[in-house]
Order: sequence, then structure tokens, then C-alpha cells
Amino acid sequence: MADMRVNIAGVTLKNPVITASGTFGFGREYARLYDISRLGGISCKGTTLHERLGNPAPRIAETPAGMLNSVGLQNPGVDAFLQDDLPYLASQDVVVIANVAGSTEDEYAETIRRLQDSAVDIIEVNISCPNVKAGGVSFGTSPQAVESITKLCKSVSDKPIMMKLTPNVTDISEIAAAAEAGGADAISLINTLTGMRIDVNSRRPILRNNTGGLSGAAVFPVALRMVWQAANRVKIPVVGMGGITKWQDAVEMLLAGACAVQIGAANFTDAYIPLKVIAGIEEYLDAKGENSVSDIVGTVQPW
Amino acid sequence: MLQADFTIQRKDKLNATTYAFTVDCPKLAKESWCGRFVHIRCGEKPLRRPISICEIDKENGTLTLVFEVRGEGTEWLASRNEGDVINILGPLGNGFFPDPEKPAIFVGGGIGCPPMLGAAQDYGENAEAILGFRSEAQVILLDKFESACRRVAVTTDDGSFGTKGFVTDILKERLEALPDAVVYACGPMPMLKNVAALCKAKNVQCYVSLEQRMGCGVGACLVCACKTHDADGEHMRHVCKNGPVFDAREVDFNG
Repeated sequence: MADMRVNIAGVTLKNPVITASGTFGFGREYARLYDISRLGGISCKGTTLHERLGNPAPRIAETPAGMLNSVGLQNPGVDAFLQDDLPYLASQDVVVIANVAGSTEDEYAETIRRLQDSAVDIIEVNISCPNVKAGGVSFGTSPQAVESITKLCKSVSDKPIMMKLTPNVTDISEIAAAAEAGGADAISLINTLTGMRIDVNSRRPILRNNTGGLSGAAVFPVALRMVWQAANRVKIPVVGMGGITKWQDAVEMLLAGACAVQIGAANFTDAYIPLKVIAGIEEYLDAKGENSVSDIVGTVQPW
Repeated sequence: MLQADFTIQRKDKLNATTYAFTVDCPKLAKESWCGRFVHIRCGEKPLRRPISICEIDKENGTLTLVFEVRGEGTEWLASRNEGDVINILGPLGNGFFPDPEKPAIFVGGGIGCPPMLGAAQDYGENAEAILGFRSEAQVILLDKFESACRRVAVTTDDGSFGTKGFVTDILKERLEALPDAVVYACGPMPMLKNVAALCKAKNVQCYVSLEQRMGCGVGACLVCACKTHDADGEHMRHVCKNGPVFDAREVDFNG
């Protein structure tokens, strides 16, 4: 049996499959369906300094092979996360990744400071939420801003900092390099691509927020290309996500240079998909005679 | 709660666009009660479709699910036949808990009628139902409501069947006769808003089952938001986990 363990910035995950932020709450709901300690990690719902109610509904629209969402970072705030949600997750023998968002530099810094003495293993910094006017996306679209916010996050925490990048940029490798230059311990990508649907009868956008973030199988080739470009540019670990719906997609991400993957929208289609992806990767490695999942990371042979 | 494949035992067409599937699913039936729902995978569609539970037969281990064809997902579902297998996640949501001590009026509008049948059956023979449809061609489940309830009134928008008008016209009369009744309702948002307003004016307890575009179905993704107000202030609740049934006094129907 191949060694499924992976290491992200000094943190060991028992396998490379993480459930993506915003699709898995704080773990409790899916724990009613399976043992969540079988996952490599859980990236928690995006958390801000104060409670946010989010956008009005509808917040979701189906698209060809995907979906748009415009939740707008609804969350109970970092103090409620620490008090009500983290103790449960911390007892589950799974790597806990807190996902942090903010609208100002001070908010990012203060939210991350409050996580400093917690059981959180990794802090994923969302500088890419497309659904909130000041939801961090402005921090994620220019290399200078990415480097500066990364430095700030690093300066207020000893925990591994993983910057979550937006695909809504011209050159992802420049953004990845800026995160690395700012001292990021890892990067994760991609967040959602901005999209829209219109109801032809009412002539209204389906989403009450008009636009939202596209995820699901439809974005997979775009995500894979960006992960490959980013992994070629930086030395820090890259966590790949965007449209993974089966184990083959996850293996493609690993071959492209991701050391681990996140699964998001596919949880809604099949609640057991993370477990199926873990099993599929394991079988693939055994069939190919690989000793460790880490051995295949970045081994794509480009033409 | 579980996710698994179950076999369609029986398929009935209730009107031009509405189907009833009786599904052989003892494990789901065991955990089901009126007003809960299931989340069904529809072919290659990335999102499941939430369908409310109509009737529960715990003895035979079946659920009856009634749905309307509204788009490609439900069209795929309607093309399934007896003996076919469908993938179901459920049962989900909080459901109705009819108060046996008080008179009960079950109000359904269109495709909101199916969950009210299960609720009326659960309450027992003294149930009253008020059902609203656009026209005679849309009327569904009437015989079943008639055997479950002591009194059934039907309204149609065009008067082609029953009383011409809206369910609230009849509800207003019945609340005069039964001032201590509890109202349970499911249907289109404008209907629920009017039912809730009428009950509030009459100081009658009212529970509404809401519909919203849904993602995970289990309370993790937070897309099916519903604004509520209670003693603690304003909240964004979620139809899949906190609902689909809400105390009508707490729901912000304009939110």
C-alpha cells in the first residue's frame, strides 16, 4: 500500500484530500454521513472578525457541469468559531484549516491573531472572495497587494499561512510568486471564477447578488492549468482545487504539481465523493507501483 | 440520514407535469416524518433536487415522493420508471409536528400540497385541508386528502373547480369557526405570505414550509438562506437545516 501522507508546511495530513472551504461547514453535518477523520483535512467555512449574515437568497444557480454561488461569507465570526465549532473539529483527528477573510488589512490581522493560540493547524487566507464587495478580492488581484497582505498575515501568526488565490487575474504565476515573496508557507488555488445566469422569463439574474462564483467540473481544466503554472513558478507547497469530481481529476492535480487537493462543489452531487477520491488515488498509486503519493507530485511531462 | 440508491416501486402521473414515485427505501422511511424532504440526484446534473416527502409507509418501508417537472433535472427524474433506481440523500430537514391537542388546518398550494397530505394523515381524522390550484387540470391528490380529512375545500384561480379564488378566502372563514386552530401551510411564496399575514391578524399559530434553491441539503453550504426575526434579532437561517418548516411569525417574507 502506497504511503498516502502528505506534508504541507510542516503539517502532516494522513492523505491529500481536503474538503474545500464553504462547502463543508465546520464538519458536523457531513459527520452524520461518514467518519470525517478519514479526510486528510477540512478547510472551514470562511471566517471574518465579526458575524456576517451574507447575501439575500437565491444564493445558488446551476450551470452546465457546475454551479454559481453568492453566499457572501455568511459566518458566525471568529470568536464564535473558536468557541462553538473548533473544539468539535479539534477532537476529530483531522487537520483543521481555518479559512480567514476580511475587508481591511486590520480585519485580516486581528482575525488571524485570535487564531494564534487555537487548535487550528493551518490558516488559509482568502484573498479571493468574489461575492463581497470588500471580501478580500481587492487584495488578491495585484502582485503588490498580495505580497503586502501575505507579509502582514505572516507577521501576526506563527501558524502556517496558506494564501488562497483568485483565478480572476491575468497572470496567476505572478500572483503565486508574490505570495511566496511575502513569505507564504503554501498557496491554494483556485477560488471561483466570476459568472452569471439569467432567468429568461423574469429577465432577472438567478442570483440575487446578480453575479457569483463558478465552481464544479466546468472549471476543472482552468484550475488545472493555473495550478500547473503556479507550481512551476514557486517552491512552496501548492494545494490544488477547482472542479475535482473524481479521483482521476485529483491525480491530474497532483501530477500538475499540487501536493494536496481540495474538493468543494462535488460534495453536493455525492456526499461520499472525498472518500471515493481517497480510495481512487490509493488504487492508482498501487497499480502504478508508486511508494508514496508525494512521489507523483509535479511529475507531468509537458511536451 | 444516509445517501444510497433506492428502487422506484410505483410511478403515477398525477397531472400533465406532476408525478408520484413510491420508493422502496425502508431505511429512509424509518427516519421520516411529515414535512421532511429528500435530496435526489438527477442524472448528470451537478445539484440534487430537494423533493418533499408526501406519504410515509413505515410498515412497507416506502416513501411517496411527488414532484413537478420544472426543468431539465426534474424532466430526467420524470423519465425514470418502475424498477429504476434513484440516488437519494435523506431524510432531511425538521418537518411538521402537528399539535394533536388543537384543531388543525392544512393549507396547500399547487405542488405545495403533497407534504400537507402526509401532515394531515399524521394528525388524524379531524384534519381539515384547504387546497389551491391554478385550474381543474392541476388538481392533485384530492381523493387522498378526502380520505385523510374530515373536511376538504378546493379553490382554483379561474373557478374551473371548487371555489373561485384563493386559499386565504376559505381560511378566513374557517378561522372564524376554529379560532384556536393551528395552521400548517406549503405553497408558493405569495400564498404563504398571505396565509401568514391572515394568521397573524387572527392571532393564530402558523407554520410554513419554505422552498429555496438548495446546494448541499444538509446545512453545510449555507446557500438556501431565509431571513428570520426572533427574540435574539435578525438571522439568516437555512431552509435545508433549520427548515423547511418555520414558525411563520419569524419569517421575513420580503427578505
